[in-house]
Amino acid sequence: MAVASTRKVLPGFGLSLGFTLAYLSLVVLVPLSAVFLKTASLTLDAFWQAVAAPRVVASYKLTFGASLLAAAINTVFGLMLAWSLVRYTFPGKRIVDALVDLPFALPTAVAGIALTALYAKNGWLGQYLEPLGIKVAFTPLGVLVALVFIGLPFVVRTVQPVLEDLDTEIEEAAASLGAGRWQTVMRVVLPTLVPALLTGFALAFARAVGEYGSVIFIAGNLPMVSEITPLIIITKLEQYDYAGATAVASVMLVASFVLLLIINGLQSWTDRRAARAS
Amino acid sequence: MAAIATTGALHSGAARFEANTATRDPQWVKGVVLALSLGFFATFLLLPLVAVFVEAFRRGWAVYIAALVEPDAVSAIRLTLLTAAIAVPLNLVFGIAAAWAITKFDFRGKQLLITFIDLPFSVSPVIAGLIYMLVFGAQGWLGPWLSEHDIKVIFAVPGIVLATIFVTFPFVARELIPLMQTQGRDEEEAALVLGASGWQMFRKVTLPNIKWAVLYGVILCNARAMGEFGAVSVVSGHIRGQTNTMPLHVEILYNEYQFAAAFAVASLLALLALVTLVIKAYVEWKAPALHNQIEAP
Amino acid sequence: MPLKHLFARLAFSLLTALLPAAALAQTTILNVSYDVSRELYKDINPAFIADWKAKSGETVTVNQSHGGSSKQALSVTAGLDADVVTMNQAPDVDILVERGGYVAADWRKRFPHGATPYTTTTVFLVRKGNPKGIKDWDDLTRAGLQVIVPNPKTSGNGRYTYLAAWGFALQKSKDEAAARDFVTKLFANVPVLDGGGRGATTTFTQRDVGDVLVTFENEALAIGTELGADKFEIVYPSLSIEAAPPVAVVEKVVDKKGSRKIATAYLEFLFSPQGQEIIGKHAFRPRDEKVLQKFPGRFPAIKTFTVEEALGGWADVQAKHFADGAIYDQIIVKR
Repeated sequence: MAVASTRKVLPGFGLSLGFTLAYLSLVVLVPLSAVFLKTASLTLDAFWQAVAAPRVVASYKLTFGASLLAAAINTVFGLMLAWSLVRYTFPGKRIVDALVDLPFALPTAVAGIALTALYAKNGWLGQYLEPLGIKVAFTPLGVLVALVFIGLPFVVRTVQPVLEDLDTEIEEAAASLGAGRWQTVMRVVLPTLVPALLTGFALAFARAVGEYGSVIFIAGNLPMVSEITPLIIITKLEQYDYAGATAVASVMLVASFVLLLIINGLQSWTDRRAARAS
Repeated sequence: MAAIATTGALHSGAARFEANTATRDPQWVKGVVLALSLGFFATFLLLPLVAVFVEAFRRGWAVYIAALVEPDAVSAIRLTLLTAAIAVPLNLVFGIAAAWAITKFDFRGKQLLITFIDLPFSVSPVIAGLIYMLVFGAQGWLGPWLSEHDIKVIFAVPGIVLATIFVTFPFVARELIPLMQTQGRDEEEAALVLGASGWQMFRKVTLPNIKWAVLYGVILCNARAMGEFGAVSVVSGHIRGQTNTMPLHVEILYNEYQFAAAFAVASLLALLALVTLVIKAYVEWKAPALHNQIEAP
Repeated sequence: MPLKHLFARLAFSLLTALLPAAALAQTTILNVSYDVSRELYKDINPAFIADWKAKSGETVTVNQSHGGSSKQALSVTAGLDADVVTMNQAPDVDILVERGGYVAADWRKRFPHGATPYTTTTVFLVRKGNPKGIKDWDDLTRAGLQVIVPNPKTSGNGRYTYLAAWGFALQKSKDEAAARDFVTKLFANVPVLDGGGRGATTTFTQRDVGDVLVTFENEALAIGTELGADKFEIVYPSLSIEAAPPVAVVEKVVDKKGSRKIATAYLEFLFSPQGQEIIGKHAFRPRDEKVLQKFPGRFPAIKTFTVEEALGGWADVQAKHFADGAIYDQIIVKR
């Protein structure tokens, strides 16, 4: 195999890298830096006031809390869905498999109004749930539902390939050694899925934290109760409180970067595990 | 970098698992798991999709069509198409260039570059809009200069296009990089040895190898570009007939009691999503080599 | 229209959507307005365009942008090129004077009635039959009642509600602390704070949230027509606030675009008999007495106070209640 050398054999390095760096800087890096530069112009005191106000802290709790819970729900059900798609035959499977990606392709605003239509007091599902005391629309529960929707494909799509590529030898060996099905699944198969599950969980979590369009229609905007952090940023922007908006945005950005690093780490772990297993 | 899952080996796969006694689950387990997962799927995914179409036609065909031919709706459709027509090709060229640089050469900082390319995925759309306000808004870095030269970015179409480019930035690159990494450099190097020029090699060797991944990336990029809401909402100005994309128009209609009309426009977007999924399934069927890849956040 | 023709229109429209938009050879002005004035301008604009064409032979296009009034005002300072602004409270125009001189300092004198073509007031909208027996502001502070109000920070509509409640309490108890207490109790009963008046309406009428919607009279009356008088009824409180939505020309923009004549004529149209009649039709109280006569019984007599009379003027009110960290901010956190 060719060893990395200082002489480039293929052409176009300068052009492609140059263009890449220029485009990346102009579109992504420079504008993103504006947030930090603007925040840096705040005094530490003002910054702290903006990001640690009770209302903002309540929004962190809701945003991160609901995202965690939604990602967890998606992990459990996503695993079941992936399992069904890989291991079972059933009618309509093709369609189910194709539709799993719907939350990627469907605009968030469309999802938002559809979910509100379903869960409002006089909505398709809401009309049955409200008499039972379960209020979904305009409560944190509604936020949770929206976040479950948009995170649905992540776990399914991270677990599916791993399950597909799983060598049946291990299970056959376990069966021939007398292990029951439950034992086999719990102690042989599931552990191999852990990296993929964690990756999917992290992806779903990261997406949910920043979500705006599908949540605002069904959320209540109530400070301290049902206000998500992206909405706080928008509210501050609407009042042209740039300083406050960027301060909160920088907190979210730092959280996003950390998540991104974790996800990249988890993904290489998953890839290495998969390479070893197959 | 991550990858996309495929339906390719799915169906032969499942039969194989069910035939093998060692990997087959008891019937009752299958029943329970299927019931739970399909129930979850139906409630959280299918129902909203169905709701869009049912609500759109609640007042009948005439209202549905009227909502779509109304001038503000037509402007919104036009703006959405225009935005995608600019953002997608730009990100396509970038994706190819970035994938080429990253996969065909070795250089320091490659991993950092890949991480940077992934950034827009992890950023909330609201922040995506905010950053362009900070740069191009009247009180932003370039605000005074833009105002002097009477160039409108924020509250005008260029701002919307920029915000859309940001949120759809990594789509094509993300599909191409793992694939081109797997494909290696041999074929291109061979072509060069055989006397092809740089562009010839690119056109005749590289492009055919990556065409399905390109298509894949493009349709995902397009779906997101047409559907973006949060980022565009921040920079739009909501000028009816001018700076409202389809998702924003849906919000306006919704706020004016015109629910059937809002869902009518929304149904167009939902149809676009379904077409995207169909093309996606087709590409996966055609190119099982796009195997073991996970979607981006 | 037969379905066939509609399909043809749709196909044609979509096809033309793919062609680049033709450069407009006519003048366009932008009217940046508040939330619940949407339907009004849908009717005003074509009437004005026809009127202007008849008078000057020129074809004009009027574009609209709507949203919570304060948000809209601030958008203008952020670069939204409005030729005219039609807000619902004076502070939203004053801010355009202070921050960047977008509007002339003497804007109140440029048009009749202090540049306010109509007035409206704040009323209650309740479910048919008034099951909770809501009669006056006091009832809104009842424990367990749910009141829908838009966010005073982004919506003038919401701000008027706050001030009306404050003014009511002040008039009753003559005590500032009691007034503050009253308003705190009221906002403690608010489950949802939408960004604009229209959002609040949707929450109350479509999503069935809340026992009472507190909003502008025109919005309450419009709900009756749009959504059926059989579902809701209006309750007029014993005392309310007079909201006088102001209009102004945005100097910086009209000078740059050369659209001053049209922009001024547009706003003058609002004061003309034709404009006033459209205003009356949309459930706003027109300034013109004669036009008002044409709507007997529509606008019940109601005792109102203005911000200037009872609360010391807008500048004071802004500083005391709505500045960052002022009274509204304090009470909303304590809920």
